[in-house]
Amino acid sequence: MTPMPFRLRLIRRDGASRRAALLAPLAALLAAGLVNFLLYIAMGKDPAAVFYAMLVEPFVSWSSFSEVLLKMTPLLLIAEGLAVGFRAKVINIGAEGQFILGAIFAASIPVWFPQATGGWIWPLMLLLGGMGGALWATVPAFWRVRLNASEILVTLMMSLIAAQLLNYLLVGPWKDPMGFNFPQSVMFQNDAILPTLIPGTRVNVALILAFVWAGLIYLYMQKSFQGYQLLVGGLAPHATAYAGFSEGRAVWLSLLIGGFAAGLAGAAEVAGPLGQLQRSVSSGYGYTAIIVAYLGGLHPIGIIFSSLLIAALNIGGDNAMVSADLPKAAVEVFQGSLLVFYLAAITLVRFRIRWRPPQEVRA
Amino acid sequence: MSGLAFIIAGMLAAATPFLLAALGELVAERSGVLNLGIEGMMAFGAVVAFIIVHRQGGHVAGFLLAGVAGMALALVFAWLALSLRANQVAAGLAIAILGDGLSALFGKTYESTTVTGLPKIALPGLADLPVVGGLFRQDPIVWLTLLATLGIWYALRFTKLGLVIRAVGENPGAARAIGYPVLAIRYGAVAFGGLMAGFAGAYASTVYTPLWAEGMIAGRGWIALALVVFATWMTGRVFFGAVLFGAVSLAGLAAQASGVSLNSQFLASLPYIVTIVVLGIISSNKRLLKINGVASLGEPFGP
Repeated sequence: MTPMPFRLRLIRRDGASRRAALLAPLAALLAAGLVNFLLYIAMGKDPAAVFYAMLVEPFVSWSSFSEVLLKMTPLLLIAEGLAVGFRAKVINIGAEGQFILGAIFAASIPVWFPQATGGWIWPLMLLLGGMGGALWATVPAFWRVRLNASEILVTLMMSLIAAQLLNYLLVGPWKDPMGFNFPQSVMFQNDAILPTLIPGTRVNVALILAFVWAGLIYLYMQKSFQGYQLLVGGLAPHATAYAGFSEGRAVWLSLLIGGFAAGLAGAAEVAGPLGQLQRSVSSGYGYTAIIVAYLGGLHPIGIIFSSLLIAALNIGGDNAMVSADLPKAAVEVFQGSLLVFYLAAITLVRFRIRWRPPQEVRA
Repeated sequence: MSGLAFIIAGMLAAATPFLLAALGELVAERSGVLNLGIEGMMAFGAVVAFIIVHRQGGHVAGFLLAGVAGMALALVFAWLALSLRANQVAAGLAIAILGDGLSALFGKTYESTTVTGLPKIALPGLADLPVVGGLFRQDPIVWLTLLATLGIWYALRFTKLGLVIRAVGENPGAARAIGYPVLAIRYGAVAFGGLMAGFAGAYASTVYTPLWAEGMIAGRGWIALALVVFATWMTGRVFFGAVLFGAVSLAGLAAQASGVSLNSQFLASLPYIVTIVVLGIISSNKRLLKINGVASLGEPFGP
C-alpha cells in the first residue's frame, strides 16, 4: 500500500474543552483580521485608518455604539432562530426571504391603513411580521417533510422569490404616490413606529425583544424536553427515530421558529430604523445571521456575543467606507473569511494534531 | 423571428452557465463531496474574467484565470471539509458568502461597464435551416461546453478514472482498502468543480451578458446544485435539465415579446419557482434517489 502523503494526523478528542471552544472564535477573528488587513494594504488603503474605523470607532462614542446595538437586534433575533434548526440539522439558509416577508406583512398595516392610530399598531405589526416569516418557511418545511426535497435549496429559492415579490410591491401597488417614483412605500405613521428605548439614539424596544427571544431559545434548547429531542435528532437521527421522535416534527419546528424569528426581525426593521418599506430593507441580514449563528457555536448565549461582534464589524465597515474609502463589500469578505477560519479553528479545537513519525506511516 | 425559433436559438447559450457549473459539481458529488459554494465560486470567477477581458486581456486569459479563481476557493473548501473534516454544509456556505463578497469587492469599480462578447460560429448548412437553424449558430464556449459534457459523460462512465471517482463516492472505505488515495481523489474532484464553476461565471459575465452588475450570478449557482439532484447524478440528465432551464428562462421573454403581458418580477422568479416545483417532484421519488444517489455524499472520511 502506498504511504499517505500527509504526515499530519488528526486525532479526535473525547470532548472539546470549554476553554478551547471559547478560544476558537477569538483565534478565527485574529486570523481573519490579519488576512483582511493584508488585503486592504494590497488594495492601497491606509491600514491604520481602517483598523481604527473598524475596530475602535464603533466603541469610542455612545452614539456609534448605539448603532451597533441597533444593528445587533435583527442579527440576534434571526441567528437564535436559525441555530435551533442548525442544531437539529435543518439548514434554513432562507432567513433573508423570511425577513423580507416579515417586513412586507408588517408594512401592510401602515400601507393599507395610513390613518390608523393607537398603541396596538406596532405590536400587531411585529406579530404579523413573525407570522409572515413563518408562513414563507412553510413551503420548504412541506417540501422537506412531504416531498423529501432539500430544505437548503428550497429556502434559498424562496429568498430569491421574496426579493422579486418585494420589488413588485415597491414598483407597483405599494409604491408611494408622492415618492418621486422611488421604489419605496409611504413613510409610516407615528403609531406604526417602535418606541425608542434610549433617548437620543435609534435603539428601540426591539433590542429588549431580541434579548427576551434569546432567553426563550435558551430555555427551549437547553432546558425543555422538546429542545432536547431536536438536539439529539441532529446528532443521531437514527437513534432518535428509533426512540420514536418524529423527524418531520423537528423539520416543521425548526423552520417555523427560524421563519418566525426572521419575520419578526424584518418587521422590527421596517417599523424601526427604516420607517418605510424599501428595496434594501434587508441588506443581507438573513445571510449574515448564518455566520452569526455558527460563530456563536450555535449556542443561545454564544450567539449574543457573536451578534454583537458582527454588528460592530458592520458598523466599523460603514465607518471605514467613509474614513478609509473601503468598499462596503469588504465587510462581506471579512465575514466570509471569518467563517472559514472559525470552521478551521473549531476543528482544531476538537482534534489534536499529531505529527506522525515516518516509520508509523507504513504501519 | 418567431417565439419558438428564438427559444431554440438561445436555449443552449442560456443553459451554458448552469451546465458548466452543474457538470463540475456532478464530478465533485460523484466523489462523495457536497460543495454548496458554487454560487460564490461562480461569482468570483465572473468578476475575475470580467476584469481581465475589460482590460483587454482577452477571453482566453479571462476564462483561464476565472477557472483558477474558482479552483482556489474550491481548494479552501476542500481544506476545510476534507483535511479538517469540518461540517461540509457550513464550509460550503462560507465559500458561497466569501465568493460573493470577493466578487462585489473587486467588481466595485467596474459596475455597469461592458465588454465585447464572442462572435458566433455557425455550422455550415445546418445553420440555414428554418426554425431550428439558430441552434447551430453558437458562440465557441457553447460548442466547447457541449464537448465537455460528452467528455465528462464518457470519462465517468467508461474510463478507469471515472470508475475510481465513483468508487470513492460509493464506498470510500473499500476504495482505500484497495489502495486508492481517497482524499487526494476527492481534492481533485472538488478542484475540478471549482474550475468549472469559475468557467461558468466567466461565461455569464463576459459572453452571455457582457455587462458587470453586482450580484449578476443571481442564484444560478444554487440552481446548478439543484440540477445535479434533478439529474439524479447522471451526466445526460444534467445536460437536459440545464437546457430545460435555459428554455424556461427564454420562454418568458419570448411570451413577453409576442405581446403576452407578463409581470417582469414574475418572469425573474420563474426559474426559482420551476426549481422548487421540479425539486419536489424528483425528490419525492425516494427510490430513484436511492438507486442513483451517491452513498457517501456529504460524509467526512478520515483515517
